[in-house]
Amino acid sequence: MTTMATTISVNGTSVTRQVEPRTNLVDFLRGELGLTGTHVGCEHGVCGACTVLMDGATVRGCLILAVQASGRDVLTIEGLSEPGHRITKALQEAFVLRNALQCGFCTPGILVTATELLTQDPAPSRELIREAISGHYCRCTGYHAIVDAVQQAADVLAATQGPA
Amino acid sequence: MMSDRAPVPPLALDRPNSYIGRSVPRPNARRLVQGRGHYTDDVAAPAGVLHAAFLRSPYAHARITHIDVAAAKAAPGVALVVTGAEIDQVCEPWVGVLSHFKGLRSATQHALAVDHVVWQGEPVVGVAALTRAMAEDALSLIEIAYAELPPVTDPDAALLPESPLIHPELGSNLAFALTVESGDAEAAFRDAHTVVSGDFRFGRHSPVTLEARSVLADFNPSERRLTVHQSTQTPYQMQDIYARHLGLPQANVHVIAKDVGGSFGMKLHVYGDEVATVAMSVILGRAVKFIADRLESFPSDIHARDHRVRARMAVAADGEITAMIVDDLTGVGAFSAYPRTSAVEGNQAIRLMGGPYKLRHYSGNLRVVFQNKAVMSQYRAVGHPIACGVTEALVDQAAAAIGLDPLEFRRRNLLTDDVYPYTSPTGYLFERLSHHQCVDKLERLMDYPALRADQAEARTKGVVRGIGFAVFIEITNPGPAFYGVGGARITAQDGCVLTLEPSGNIRCAVSVTEQGQGTEAIMAQIAASAVGVRIEDVRVITGDTAATPYGGATWASRGAGIGGETVLITGKALRANLLRLAGILLQMPPDNLDISDGLIVDNATGRERITLQELARIAYYRPDTLPQGVQAELTAAHHHVPRGQPFAFTNGIQASHVEVDVESGFVRLLNHWVVEDCGRVINPLLVDEQIRGGVVQGIGAALFEECLYSEQGQLLNGTLADYLVPMASEMPDIHVDHVSTPTLHSELGAKGVGEAGTAGAAAAVLNAINDALQPFGARLSQMPATPERILRALGKLAG
Amino acid sequence: MKPAPFDYVRAESVHHAVRLLAENKDGARIIAGGQSLMTAMNFRMSSPALLVDIGELEHLRDITLTADARLRIGALTRHADLDASPDIAAHTPLLRKAIRHVAHTAIRNRGTFGGSLSHADPASELPACVMALDATIHIVGPDGDRVVPARHFFTGVHETALGAGEVLVAVELDVIKADEVSGFGEFARRQGDYAMVGLAAHGRIAAGLLTAVDLAFFAVGSTPILARRAAAALVDPATPDPAQRLQRAREALSLDLDPPDDPQSSAAMRMELARVLLGRVVGDMLARGAGA
Repeated sequence: MTTMATTISVNGTSVTRQVEPRTNLVDFLRGELGLTGTHVGCEHGVCGACTVLMDGATVRGCLILAVQASGRDVLTIEGLSEPGHRITKALQEAFVLRNALQCGFCTPGILVTATELLTQDPAPSRELIREAISGHYCRCTGYHAIVDAVQQAADVLAATQGPA
Repeated sequence: MMSDRAPVPPLALDRPNSYIGRSVPRPNARRLVQGRGHYTDDVAAPAGVLHAAFLRSPYAHARITHIDVAAAKAAPGVALVVTGAEIDQVCEPWVGVLSHFKGLRSATQHALAVDHVVWQGEPVVGVAALTRAMAEDALSLIEIAYAELPPVTDPDAALLPESPLIHPELGSNLAFALTVESGDAEAAFRDAHTVVSGDFRFGRHSPVTLEARSVLADFNPSERRLTVHQSTQTPYQMQDIYARHLGLPQANVHVIAKDVGGSFGMKLHVYGDEVATVAMSVILGRAVKFIADRLESFPSDIHARDHRVRARMAVAADGEITAMIVDDLTGVGAFSAYPRTSAVEGNQAIRLMGGPYKLRHYSGNLRVVFQNKAVMSQYRAVGHPIACGVTEALVDQAAAAIGLDPLEFRRRNLLTDDVYPYTSPTGYLFERLSHHQCVDKLERLMDYPALRADQAEARTKGVVRGIGFAVFIEITNPGPAFYGVGGARITAQDGCVLTLEPSGNIRCAVSVTEQGQGTEAIMAQIAASAVGVRIEDVRVITGDTAATPYGGATWASRGAGIGGETVLITGKALRANLLRLAGILLQMPPDNLDISDGLIVDNATGRERITLQELARIAYYRPDTLPQGVQAELTAAHHHVPRGQPFAFTNGIQASHVEVDVESGFVRLLNHWVVEDCGRVINPLLVDEQIRGGVVQGIGAALFEECLYSEQGQLLNGTLADYLVPMASEMPDIHVDHVSTPTLHSELGAKGVGEAGTAGAAAAVLNAINDALQPFGARLSQMPATPERILRALGKLAG
Repeated sequence: MKPAPFDYVRAESVHHAVRLLAENKDGARIIAGGQSLMTAMNFRMSSPALLVDIGELEHLRDITLTADARLRIGALTRHADLDASPDIAAHTPLLRKAIRHVAHTAIRNRGTFGGSLSHADPASELPACVMALDATIHIVGPDGDRVVPARHFFTGVHETALGAGEVLVAVELDVIKADEVSGFGEFARRQGDYAMVGLAAHGRIAAGLLTAVDLAFFAVGSTPILARRAAAALVDPATPDPAQRLQRAREALSLDLDPPDDPQSSAAMRMELARVLLGRVVGDMLARGAGA
């Protein structure tokens, strides 16, 4: 079995592992690094559960090979939960207070996408929020509470402006 | 032993520090938003863990003539390749029947198919290898020769005399039949002023939990102990299953379900691939993990619905519904599911028909047939959307035929407040429902007159909108009548152990489980309220057969009603224990004391006497300071099963507002409203979200979801790109309000709420579409109402 | 659902990629964004022995205005780049309109223009756009560079004029002129889904009437299809009334299109949606007028 040395900056730390080329990014994060906050839901790019930030933009972890991410900066929900990620923190708080999650399996992916959304647009409309998360499947909530929570986080962030 | 005669306030829930009725956030949500969940695939696997994959039948119906696994066995990383016959040597096959469904039949089902495959996707050969990728590599090296047999796919055709037989030993493809008769329906139809009727079709659904079925089995041969981490709703049921089918003492089987990524009824059935995974672990004495991928989830998770219903409704001149005659044909796939059977959906559908209304004449005929398709069984709101979809469509048709507004027509026919307790024509006992209050509240909530005015105005601009209603009833809090009486080892009781820990905190181990509904939050609310502590000081433990009492766990909206009542009873008992102990310490009669916010207080003055922390410290570390002979009882344990009625009923009404593009057939959902009565609301935030999520599953049924099969029994849309689940952009905001009629069969009064949204949403949406199409003379009676079906109903598509 | 094993090489240049393809004739495939290929590989519907990753060739990601007033879009331009580019918005608004219908943000952040065209999914948006715009496809191969008109590029379901060992490197198209207008529309069941039927249109407008138009329908056949008869009806000088032109174009559409039946949608449904879409997209083009 051919393996390749792959170096990725994950949550601010450079990690190197020997991986098979066929290992995708989400399996790399979960299997090699134990970062199990990023979930595997469909492995064909539809459900959004494996969404992470790569060089600041959302990508599907199941549709990118770990070797392709070599040399990139990857941020997962674990990294975004560390201090300093003001937008994610506000979203997490709003999701808990608004009960915008039930089983929680889709939640990390949605939080990553919502972080990207609020980074680009600090005051999105409900319609825009729905569009932004439209690539994330949630079977539990019916989405309404998620839209509420993203709006609530945007409001809190606007009221407590500071460096992002 | 402490006596339980210590006084307890009449209703612990009304205490000033009660958490009941408050929107307390879920304590487990914080770790989930940080990606610190513990789903089965996140569990740190034991060293040497193997990964399972299964070769599945490509045919809906075939004989297996030859299997060659030699190349797979020799493939890199492969530890074990097993066929059905080999699994059978360690694992007893099963039959999915229960005695209370008289006449229900099914065939012997093996964990992996033996000689005969009966649906596309049925597991045939299992591989355990060092990685999942290696296991899949090995699958591609297995050679199986099949002799194709004619498949049975259409439910009507399945019963024709010339139909091929799926299980020849059964003599026909009929699994179950049931007739429910009350009054004289035929006579009522003869006397009817108006008769409305319809042929209704409900698509086959796949539950599509985001976390797929997952199991990690670790068999330790030295002690013959089996540890199974599993994404399941029912760890106790699975403990029993593994023990019995693998020949292990139940005490040696430990099942753990930490976080579960969605279940909706799908994760309480026995699946061959999961059992085979556990069996492989037993064979190897090593840990084996199986995480279903999405391609295998679609054809191997249980499916749901798939009904064809012919129904008629008789109406008198004054608009009174007098009778219904219903014929329901449902295809349940290749086997009746084990251990809960595939008869429950049809049984409930046929008995829930007409349920909210006063009609006394009813004739229902149910036939459940086998097909060469994935097994169908219980999924959220079992049978409800069928009964509600049929009944509410006919109610709308009847209102239109009589010339009454649909809401007014419902008011005339809904069961009135003075009839309870009421036994329905199909034998259901309604303790107390609140139909009319719900209708009144919904009418105000949605501002019905304004919507009708908007509808008329929109029409003048060529914009086609519709408003649809659906009244529903919902079965909750199932007692032993559900499964136990039929011989299933599925308990209807729950158990709870509450302990005052040395820290002064309360530990609550309870048998109901969490899949995101907020079970742990609700149990914490009840425990905190019943004992008298802050919710932060309650730690709830669920989902572990070694750490919690044996119980029913979570299904059929039983968590709050049965599990909650169990915690309440146990909480009161622990409180009595603690007050008695405090009384001894403080030399006061216990009934002069109370517990509030973790403090023992003087009942009369509310003055603090001693903290629970201090009480715990003394009890645990300085019992020598207690009077001679006193033993501190710091734990209370109780079990509870509903005894007053076979199960509870909730009720409510939903309304949908839609816009139909009559050129394209596309439907836009503008708004959705729900008013429901789940009895006492323990946590409004969680209840509303249960309803919203349920509504969206119902909307999925109404507009999107359908497993499409070819005539050859091939699932044609088994990917998440092709099987359309509801996504955020198309969903409306959902407005929820409540009426509260607590059940008097429990102190808590909670009835459950898990099915309510799904029970009625699809019917409301379809009625709204039909309301929009009514001026065009078009009507749909098939779900999902796809754009194509809408255009066909409008006569816009030839052929 | 894991891909079969393969080897992986990051190409250092287009010529490096071409050489690798040549050296591994049957078993090598180009990967860029991978948003379609990875799915096919996860399903084991595609099992290349070697993946040649051109994703790091940043110079293929440029959008430039050429000397002859054409827009050159590098093959590795991400969908998100198309969405954000002021040049795209100003010079080829059709792509801007279309791109938001392509899947979802995370896919658009990774998926590339060239990848979408090479993948040639009959239900995807961008192939139809380049056909409507009469773009040219720029290819580098073992025998040198060549240019293929977009209208000759798509040859079947997931089939294109790309030969063995060839790499799509760029697309060139004319910038929109003052008297031109483009339109886009599709019917998809959910936001971001593949279309049931879609239409990319580009035309010239004078005095409130179309004087020339190209209509590229997609998801109605194995490739995007130019509806020539419908287009002719829309610009027929013998019919001065735009409503009448549209009516004739709708009728002519059944001669242009022969959509297939599939489990999700019948041929009749697709044809009806194509007619509805034609009316809506053309109506929108006429309403907006030239220059957009």
